[in-house]
Amino acid sequence: MDDLRAGLNEVDCDVLVIGGGTAGPMAAYRARKKNPNAKVILLEKANVKRSGAISMGMDGLNNAVIPGHSTPEQYTKEITIANDGICDQAAVYKYAQNCYSIIEELDQFGIRFQKDENGEYDVKKVHHIGTYVLPMPNGDTVKKALYRQLRRARVLISNRYMATRLLTGQSGRVAGTIAVNTRTGEFLVIRAKAVIMCMGAAGRLGLPTSGYLYGTYENPTNSGEGYAMAYHAGAKLANLECFQINPLIKDYNGPACAYVAGPFGGYTANSKNERFIECDYWSGQMMQEFYNELQSGKGPVFLKLNHLHKDTADHIEHILHTVERPTRGRFHEQRGTKYADKMIEMHISEIGFCSGHSASGVYVDEFARTTVPGLYAAGDMASVPHNYMLGAFTNGAIAGEHAIDFADEVDFEEFDETAISLEQERVLAPTQRDDGLPPNQIEYKIRRLVNDYLQPPKVTAKYELCQERLAEVREDMNTQMMARDAHELMRCMEVASILDCADMAAFASLYRTESRWGLYHWRSDYPDSNDEDWKCHVLLSKQDDAMTCEKHPVAPYIIPIAEDEKDAYYKQRITAQA
Amino acid sequence: MPLANTPTSVPVVVDDEKCIADKGCTVCVDVCPLDVLRISDLTGKAYMKYDECWYCMPCEADCPTDAVTVNIPYLLR
Repeated sequence: MDDLRAGLNEVDCDVLVIGGGTAGPMAAYRARKKNPNAKVILLEKANVKRSGAISMGMDGLNNAVIPGHSTPEQYTKEITIANDGICDQAAVYKYAQNCYSIIEELDQFGIRFQKDENGEYDVKKVHHIGTYVLPMPNGDTVKKALYRQLRRARVLISNRYMATRLLTGQSGRVAGTIAVNTRTGEFLVIRAKAVIMCMGAAGRLGLPTSGYLYGTYENPTNSGEGYAMAYHAGAKLANLECFQINPLIKDYNGPACAYVAGPFGGYTANSKNERFIECDYWSGQMMQEFYNELQSGKGPVFLKLNHLHKDTADHIEHILHTVERPTRGRFHEQRGTKYADKMIEMHISEIGFCSGHSASGVYVDEFARTTVPGLYAAGDMASVPHNYMLGAFTNGAIAGEHAIDFADEVDFEEFDETAISLEQERVLAPTQRDDGLPPNQIEYKIRRLVNDYLQPPKVTAKYELCQERLAEVREDMNTQMMARDAHELMRCMEVASILDCADMAAFASLYRTESRWGLYHWRSDYPDSNDEDWKCHVLLSKQDDAMTCEKHPVAPYIIPIAEDEKDAYYKQRITAQA
Repeated sequence: MPLANTPTSVPVVVDDEKCIADKGCTVCVDVCPLDVLRISDLTGKAYMKYDECWYCMPCEADCPTDAVTVNIPYLLR
């Protein structure tokens, strides 16, 4: 294994889904369900059985819009406000209308959702306004349940193939993808009538405070290929300056999950045992308060459960230690920290792109269509804000059904065959050198620069310095990066995506000359928000081989937001009572 | 410039007594999202070849003989 072999195979299909984590399996499954005669391929860099952000499961739904508890209108309003008004509501509203049927479908797959003594869904309030959080008692079985459905629907699964570039035709329509086997370096060209990208967050952008390259908040397999590939195919990407930064357990870098603890009475506290934010739901505005507290004399920040009854604290600990990131228990055991006894130190994560929690993604409409014809995107890499796991499932389903109809109407798009040999040359370049720089060193340097210069507060002069340094690293990458086997070659390709994402993060952030979304886009030389000039999307794309940004108006709201509601998420800090 | 071999202590540990990779099992290698486990040519047992671990645990959870243990990487502990 890992020895490099020359090889090139070609296959074709109606719909190609790239990424077998959360959105991808649902997209492939729904495409096959809608047209059982269609050929649907699910391509995965790892193994669909255990890939993606929910590799080990998930402890609950963060955004379940369930009749009797909340309405699609209320949810759409909440997310619009949480995302500081920069929100095309059509996609959020459609998600909110469809997600209940997805919950019912997941229920049929065997995934249980918590019910109360009356048999009603036991939904908890965590957000500022509405009630959307639903625990999943057997959330560790999600991937198994999905995999079973994929087999049953006879979706064709190709594991250990990493897509590196999309193929596009003369008209700009998507024609397929080129992929490389992560264990042999052999190439696979897949021609497809429609392509759905479900390739996750750009989670390996910033460097975690531990300094361990793979100790990221996101699953580090999600290294931003989706963002980079969409960019190189000419798609537009939205609001990349709206970074993902999350509150986490320090060093372990996994979610502290005040979502889980909140309904039981747990909360985020400072070192004086005081609560300082009203609402633990993750938003840029909340993160700004979190950051302010960390930097203040009352820092650092803790997850506080030690005021609860021991049984309650132990119960929360059990949930947090068994699902989503089950090694968390081992981390605390080694440190000797029990939730019932002691507050747990928290910190902020490294920066990344992830619409699942913030809003940075490939720009899509309410049918998950990107700006490239025939190309769809869903899940953490698509621009529907705050869409989480249930958003990935729901928007994946929408993408699968739309793409299969699109594929029925069209023939394969012709493309210039020289694109294949050019891409082979680019991918294999690091294997042609017997002296040079290993990918891990180049990656470390890029991510260290991201931390030094790109982490908020964002400062113009620092950003410009970062661009200069990243250009030097790009030169090193293009001329000296070296791979000795197929595994290292995979890492080399990831480094290229990480560098593209770092460049995009810098470029988009410099373009928006205001502050917005709290900590996510806090520019200290433009500290105020400026609705007059900037209450719009920023779309980044490649034009004539150069990175460019443009303003794009927010679509007229479907659900109006009253003047006195729009700042609700800025009223997070608990003020002294008179 | 030549490359050096800088040692690291790896988080995933395999109990050779329990591991049945020499009988053809490759479960842990198959499920690892980061593809960092391999079967040793020398011992026929699974081991962590690359120190690129998310300490996520499919290798341990899916091992049929409970041979795999995932520890927290030293830098995070």
